[in-house]
Amino acid sequence: MPSLDAENLCRQLAEQLRPHITPTTALVGIRTGGLWLAERLHAMLGISEPLGAIDVSFYRDDYGARGLHTKPQRTEIPFSVEGAHVIIVDDVLYTGRTTRAALNELFDFGRPACVELAVLIDRGGRELPVAARYCALTLPEPLPATQNLQLERDEDGSLNLRMIDA
Amino acid sequence: MLNPQLNKNGELQHLLTLDGLPRDIITAILDTAAPFTEVAEREVKKLPLLRGKSIFNLFFENSTRTRTTFEIAAKRLSADVVNLNVSTSSTSKGESLLDTVDNLCAMQADMFVVRHAASGAPFLIARHLRANGRNDIHVVNAGDGRHAHPTQGLLDMYTIRHYKQDFTKLTVAIVGDVLHSRVARSQICALTTLGVPEVRVIGPKTLLPTEIEKMGVRVFHDMNEGLRGVDVVMMLRLQNERMNGALLPTPQEFYKVWGLTAEKLANAKSDAIVMHPGPMNRGVEIDSAVADGAQAVILPQVTFGIAVRMAVMSMLAGQ
Repeated sequence: MPSLDAENLCRQLAEQLRPHITPTTALVGIRTGGLWLAERLHAMLGISEPLGAIDVSFYRDDYGARGLHTKPQRTEIPFSVEGAHVIIVDDVLYTGRTTRAALNELFDFGRPACVELAVLIDRGGRELPVAARYCALTLPEPLPATQNLQLERDEDGSLNLRMIDA
Repeated sequence: MLNPQLNKNGELQHLLTLDGLPRDIITAILDTAAPFTEVAEREVKKLPLLRGKSIFNLFFENSTRTRTTFEIAAKRLSADVVNLNVSTSSTSKGESLLDTVDNLCAMQADMFVVRHAASGAPFLIARHLRANGRNDIHVVNAGDGRHAHPTQGLLDMYTIRHYKQDFTKLTVAIVGDVLHSRVARSQICALTTLGVPEVRVIGPKTLLPTEIEKMGVRVFHDMNEGLRGVDVVMMLRLQNERMNGALLPTPQEFYKVWGLTAEKLANAKSDAIVMHPGPMNRGVEIDSAVADGAQAVILPQVTFGIAVRMAVMSMLAGQ
């Protein structure tokens, strides 16, 4: 297992993104882990468009089976999506279902010119045709479904990746 | 006793009354409603949550605002909404309430939003569904007789929390025709459950139920005294259509003593908010200057009502 130093991975991700940032690039973080990461990237890359936040609770495909279990929060897109260059930011890329939900929600705000995906870590196990253009670390072997990998934020604001049994 | 609104896991199965509804469920509904308010500001005011669900609005009693806001809420959740105009439906041909329900179940209904002049009608439907093993169908009470109007109570709580944040520091006055008001009953239950330390009811003796004190409220028969120092003034509509006999002299007399004017409102805290469930009788229970004034939050109540109903329907349908 490679080192899961979230702070280090975050810096690597920022450097991957840097050459592709234009004055019209906008970041949208997926709550909660992706938003923490997006806040960091937004500051590190000096992005001028205000940061967006998406909560995909109302667009999940397992609502029929699981209902509204996690407490939904606000989706806030403070820039015009119409014609924008949007980078969706998430912490961990797994099945691709969260990304699908975020794309659907984003398109209810307008028609972006292009959308890309940036993630801290790709843990494998995709169930949808989704790929991240920017990714700081791809695990060599997919994590088993019994393992849960998630980003956490300490009181001092530092980011950590934590592996727990699902 | 088993709470008929909750399933065996303690989750909301139906929303029938706020009486006995646990505080954490009320809080969860208010929390869930908050992100729904943002949908109204979007280009596409629609979420895919209830796609393919059929919601039947069963209104056996007139209503414009409540039926419309339920309809908008359901449509913003992408549900298919069917409004039954009961005055021209089978009921007038003699069909019983439960036969109507069974027929709509045979049309694959997922949810009933029920308003009925008889207290307890939504309970009857919920019990009938349970007896038939139809735990996949949900009932929302949109007002039954003098009994309860839970989504109105919830949207009022949402409004109070929006403007005043902490319930545990508030003094709230409910003013007017409490006797005929299902809204007042739902408000009192919710305010008490959420920990409001002082709930007052203000009105003439003929329009307050006997032993209302047992609901945990302080009773006032004087407007100026009752409004002194309150944070929230919740006006009620004078329900002329429900009155039998001489409970009060004339609407003009009522206005003189119980109508909310700027002078009477001056007894409340300077930042007190004024609420009204609508429809308003201007010049009867409330003066136009107050209804349109800076302290009134009556139209925000309507807007919040859509988000609260979206929250209730999406919590129910997702069980």
